[in-house]
Amino acid sequence: MPQLNMVQAINLALREEMARDNRLVVLGEDVGRDGGVFRVTEGLFEQFGGDRVMDTPLSESAIAGAAIGMAVCGMRPVAEIQFMGFIYAAFDQLVAHAARIRTRSRGRFTCPLVIRTPYGGGIKAPELHEESTEALFCHVPGLKVVVPSGPYSAKGLLLAAIRDPDPVLFLEPTRLYRLVKEEVPEGDYTLPLGTARIVRQGGAVTVVAWGSMLQRTIQAVEGYDAEVIDPMTLAPFDGETLLASVRKTGRLVIVHEAPLTCGLGAEIAATVAEEAILHLRGPVVRVAAPDVPVPLARLMDRYLPSVERIQAAVKEVLTY
Amino acid sequence: MPETTIQTFGVRRLEIIAADGTADEALLPDLSGDQLRRLHYLMLLTRTFDRRALALQREGRIGTYPSVLGQEAAQVGSAFALQPSDWVFPSFREMGAHLTLGYPVHQLFQYWGGDERGLRTPDGMNLFPICVSVGTHIPHAAGAALAARARGDRSAVAAYFGDGATSKGDFHEGFNLAGALKLPVVFICQNNQWAISVPLAAQTAAPTLAQKALAYGFEGIQVDGNDVLAVFRATGEALVRARDGGGPTFIECLTYRMADHTTADDASRYRPPADVEAWRDRDPLLRFERFLAKRGLWNGDYGAEVQAKAEGEIDEAVRRYESVPPPEPGEMFAFTCAELSPRQRRQQENIR
Ligand SMILES: Cc1ncc(C[n+]2csc(CCOP(=O)(O)OP(=O)(O)O)c2C)c(N)n1
Repeated sequence: MPQLNMVQAINLALREEMARDNRLVVLGEDVGRDGGVFRVTEGLFEQFGGDRVMDTPLSESAIAGAAIGMAVCGMRPVAEIQFMGFIYAAFDQLVAHAARIRTRSRGRFTCPLVIRTPYGGGIKAPELHEESTEALFCHVPGLKVVVPSGPYSAKGLLLAAIRDPDPVLFLEPTRLYRLVKEEVPEGDYTLPLGTARIVRQGGAVTVVAWGSMLQRTIQAVEGYDAEVIDPMTLAPFDGETLLASVRKTGRLVIVHEAPLTCGLGAEIAATVAEEAILHLRGPVVRVAAPDVPVPLARLMDRYLPSVERIQAAVKEVLTY
Repeated sequence: MPETTIQTFGVRRLEIIAADGTADEALLPDLSGDQLRRLHYLMLLTRTFDRRALALQREGRIGTYPSVLGQEAAQVGSAFALQPSDWVFPSFREMGAHLTLGYPVHQLFQYWGGDERGLRTPDGMNLFPICVSVGTHIPHAAGAALAARARGDRSAVAAYFGDGATSKGDFHEGFNLAGALKLPVVFICQNNQWAISVPLAAQTAAPTLAQKALAYGFEGIQVDGNDVLAVFRATGEALVRARDGGGPTFIECLTYRMADHTTADDASRYRPPADVEAWRDRDPLLRFERFLAKRGLWNGDYGAEVQAKAEGEIDEAVRRYESVPPPEPGEMFAFTCAELSPRQRRQQENIR
């Protein structure tokens, strides 16, 4: 089986699915001849041509809006927004339209589209290139939000996202794009949306982390009896897996690189408070970024939860 | 009823200096020898800054950087026409405009070095922070023009952006608002013909960008963006019109991006090198030097002297940039709000 990084795994997923399903089109800024600024769509233009791999003008709202139109009319658009920090112009289209078409048409029309976008910090890029605003989208009923944390899950989740009958936002942790290689099978496999993965079994504390924080979390819990959960889909969130784990361990740490306040950690903590509070032995602890705009490179290391901070949180809840 | 034509439109194009340095005397702006040399120096300083920034990036001393090579005339010529009371909304590739307006050079390095403190415009300078989100600042310029009108002063507003920005909804909404309200704004587009890998022909079906203004009810003009005097003249006229209540103008500076999009880009993937070569003859700095030489304002010795001066100025700025202590983590919080929330204050105290 080939060892691939995440960029190659996503590329493989797109390539195979485009060959399998001729309704699939890829569109976005620089996705064609240039192969995407992170090279995720490299070679697709050459293989499938400009009608299926479309460089668009610089218009996020038009990219999302056109993808909606295509999806409603029988195509399977996979649109790229170049960085998550530039998705806001498309927010209106995603929230006011993509998420509501099924409801508004009482099921007559559906919107099976995927929006892929690099997200997250730690790549020393300019302003708005390192955002992690997944919670904004998780708040919107009708949208699914998926975050792979490695090459294998990236391929399986992306194929599932493309085949999902509803709109999916697929967030690719930029810092992980080339950081790790994993065995990624050629050919078809999907990982179901809405299902979390237990990355590491443990009995004393549950730690939930996604995207590039998962990797740090695994490092941080080395030597501890920690169970690590990778939700993979943030919306809808797999509460069952989480609750089962918390009922077993009695402790919960949630790690995310988005700011603390109203981050997804709040929702996860509330779910545990509602459904498993009597199993808890100590407070739920969140490790998150501070409530400030994402800083530039010089302060990024202080902004993102570090291995040390995650470890400190785990140690702290273990004292209860 | 017969079909009739109810409107016809045209787009003016302005060029003053030819590639060999000869000029259309009738169109020459009224500038002294010292001012012409100053224009030259600012372009040279911009190029020197740019070359140094690229070198610093390669050495890991600053981060990703967008080169302005080839666009010096469009930036310096337009910014040179501004008054200190005018408001300026830059995008992210206007280091020449920053230098012309007197922005502290070390702060430009600081910003591209990943230190937010580089974004703080000196007090009294009406220059907005660098805008990375393409085109989103265009409506801000319209708003600043509304504010100028409300204050009742004669300041105008300039907004800079690239050809890619003309595809954004914010461009169209900002233009429409400015046209409808006849606002004192000058929109300055550096059409360097590429938005990363997307060439102009794939960005728009319109043969000129200038014509986009016509739909919003004001004038669009195309100028040779590698001709510093043409850019200066067009901008100056547009600013006068804006201050006199004549409404907005859109200036398309037709130029070319000679470098990669940024230091993270590799233009050879999508652009034939011959295209770049064809533009070398139209180098804005060389062209202006030929023009100045014909007027006795430039020769080899003078060139070497001002080059050394520019190098010295940039050396000093790099020294200053690198001697500033790194920001404290607490700095992240400093300007989120006038008053931090209790939670932010706790986070600030606990940050390590
Ligand atoms: C809203 C938005 N979308 C995408 C990007 C990523 N991006 C940065 S520059 C650029 C191309 C900009 O082209 P243009 O407006 O012509 O300016 P130029 O870079 O050529 O100076 C793109 C797509 C961005 N910064 N902002």
